[in-house]
Amino acid sequence: MKKFLCLFCLLLLLSACAHKANETLFYQLGGREGLSKIVTSFITNIGKDKQILPYFFDAKISRFRNQIYDHLCDITDGPCHYNGDSMIDIHTGMNINESDFNRLVDLLYKSMDEQHIPHPIQNKLIGRLAPLRSTIIYI
Amino acid sequence: MLKLLTTFFLFFSTQLFAAEGKLIATPGVSQVEGSAGGGLVPWAQLAGYASQDEYAVNLFCSQGSVDDFRLRSCGAQLNLFDRVEFSLAEQTFRVNALDTEIKQQILGVKTRLYGDLVYSKWPMLSVGMQYKDLKDDTIAKALGADDNSGVDWYIATSKLHLGAIAGYNWFWNITARYTDANELGLLGFGGPNQDNYFMFEASTAILLSRELAFGIEYRQKPNNLGLDEDSWSDVFVAWLPNKSVSVTMAWLDLGKIAGAPDQDGLYLSLSGYF
Repeated sequence: MKKFLCLFCLLLLLSACAHKANETLFYQLGGREGLSKIVTSFITNIGKDKQILPYFFDAKISRFRNQIYDHLCDITDGPCHYNGDSMIDIHTGMNINESDFNRLVDLLYKSMDEQHIPHPIQNKLIGRLAPLRSTIIYI
Repeated sequence: MLKLLTTFFLFFSTQLFAAEGKLIATPGVSQVEGSAGGGLVPWAQLAGYASQDEYAVNLFCSQGSVDDFRLRSCGAQLNLFDRVEFSLAEQTFRVNALDTEIKQQILGVKTRLYGDLVYSKWPMLSVGMQYKDLKDDTIAKALGADDNSGVDWYIATSKLHLGAIAGYNWFWNITARYTDANELGLLGFGGPNQDNYFMFEASTAILLSRELAFGIEYRQKPNNLGLDEDSWSDVFVAWLPNKSVSVTMAWLDLGKIAGAPDQDGLYLSLSGYF
């Protein structure tokens, strides 16, 4: 058991060495240009997804793009302030379920992959968004 | 058993349904007694990718080969609405020294009491039982075991922390088990040295990507037969390339089994998710 524990801790140390300190997540995602590209990929992926697309039939894409950019920029400590509607107001009555939410998380991961965002940075963004889940599903 | 599994599989596969409601890798894999878990330890997660609006059916086969023994375990799980998990497993334990095989069947039920692995504020919590029926009890009786069937009860708690370790997702699980099974039950239940029913089990893993997990496990075992049963541990790599299959490889350190010391070896497990 001890040798397995050592091996595991060694891996943790190695992964910790790769860690960059003290940059905002917004900057780590590539700043304005990087985040903008992620949002473009994200919208493209939603447009191609049979499960998620129906939720956007009434949405105006340009408005959605601006709102989601501002929201992501704000939540990653970027130089923006999201002043759109609350998550609860937007999603009430849309009947979004657990599976839809996770599908959207999959699409966001995929979009970040397409923009070559390193996996640890991807997890940090998902980690910032995860607490919003209860304001989005089954409401 | 095989017939039952086939019927089970055919019934559900005709519906051409694949549950995909969970995030990839979050259900874990299948442990040797058939429950969702790591390789050795049952975890709080329920098997398969069913969300609370879906059901999932999974099949698995695992094999662990150490110096003097080999354990093969195959079975199936049914996850209903991510609330209840039923599992069936058949174990075939080969004892090289006696050139014989011991079979055991295990029926498991697990229910999720609270939480979500990723999103809930507190860790996920589940309770479960495993009813074990030893088919070949000659060796168990010879070693002094009291019974040829038994029930394990366990409580498991687990959590995945997003980006917790240098940005990588970190998973842990702790399980407490009430059991009188000797070597999973393959050497019967109870015995002359029985004094402790509560066993501690734990697993932890780091997800190097969305599809690849690297981790370790630990499992305490009772010493009812007075054969100095050791705790088990392993180090594993699990690859979950999509929501249909997973492959797990591990290196087992099982210590002393039925008097034979230093039982190390390779473990390989495959799961299919429908």
